[in-house]
Amino acid sequence: MIIESLTKVLNGYGLISGFAVIGATMWLSYWLSAKFTKGRLHGSAIAILLGLVLSYVGGLYSGGQKGLVDIPLLSGIGILGGAMLRDFAIIATAFGVNPEELKRAGVSGVISLVFGIFVSFIAGAAVAFAFGYTDAVSLTTIGTGAVTYIVGPVTGAALGASSEVMALSIAAGLIKAMVVMVATPFVAPLIGLNNPRSAVIFGGLMGTSSGVAAGLAATDPKLVPYGCLTAAFYTALGCLLGPSLLYFMMRGLFG
Amino acid sequence: MIIYGVALLSICTLAGLFIGDLLGVLLGVPSNVGGVGIAMILLIFGGGYLSKRGLLAGKTEQGIEFWSAIYIPIVVAMAAQQNVVGALGSGPVAILAGLAAVSLSFAMVPVLDRLGRPDVAAEKKPHEPGTAAQATASVQR
Repeated sequence: MIIESLTKVLNGYGLISGFAVIGATMWLSYWLSAKFTKGRLHGSAIAILLGLVLSYVGGLYSGGQKGLVDIPLLSGIGILGGAMLRDFAIIATAFGVNPEELKRAGVSGVISLVFGIFVSFIAGAAVAFAFGYTDAVSLTTIGTGAVTYIVGPVTGAALGASSEVMALSIAAGLIKAMVVMVATPFVAPLIGLNNPRSAVIFGGLMGTSSGVAAGLAATDPKLVPYGCLTAAFYTALGCLLGPSLLYFMMRGLFG
Repeated sequence: MIIYGVALLSICTLAGLFIGDLLGVLLGVPSNVGGVGIAMILLIFGGGYLSKRGLLAGKTEQGIEFWSAIYIPIVVAMAAQQNVVGALGSGPVAILAGLAAVSLSFAMVPVLDRLGRPDVAAEKKPHEPGTAAQATASVQR
């Protein structure tokens, strides 16, 4: 009787259940981040990794293709992480980006943004090609996943990529974000990352907002806003270029 | 009012996706072309314009900031519904793609830093980017 009532509520209020489950996941992740990594590995990266792990477990358990969402009690996560709210929230992150401040950051910031997207895209697409992906949609989706774990799925969704390629794309972006968080304080002295100007360039090249914020915070907290300023434009530019210019490039090369 | 901010965000989202869809039709692509990116640009400039005219009060901004703050949890929810089981079967593509992207990007920082700097051209060249690039090259192979 208790189980029946609980199931009825959780299923009937799916989106609310999703908030509760994801909220608990976030809390656990930030706790793990603070407790075991002293904040070096950002809580958001752990949370996304946990999400992928849970999706793996859910996929093994249900045999479906939608990870945790295939478990009936957790189907509300599908609404929370679905295309509508996802796009809405991503667009909201653009708010607060001040075009005047970007002008002050200078031309180098803009150049680094464009370079950053192409460099990461080419690296990701080259690896995908080396592993036998030859269709333009998969190459573009994995390549844009190496841009950020948001640009990848947005591009993949726009191009109609398969769920496997989408997961690879997100995983590539997640690995990028985590490597940036962990490696930045160690690489910073080698690449001259010790002033606002190089931080602006760094933010534009890396682009992964959580990676840049955590990586710079671990290097020198004063540099965080400079890196995050350009990084904030990265995902927008990537979302704009991914399903358009980058896809057309790949379609021209691979048919 | 908080709803004004949420409504502004909604209008930018719908307009961006609408333009993206029209672009898709015009370009003959069976998909939305950069709708999310266009919506972001609309929000940056639309929000900036309204903010400058003092039309975005604190409460209005909160309507947008809430969704901006909730985007990482939404991305987590999105990650929780991907086909990870299927992806892991296809090998270390994701790991190598991520590593290659970061290595190349790290190597580009000093290059771009020097490129746009007006004053010092005779600065001593650090040798690390070379090794980073080599590491990336071997990763890509």
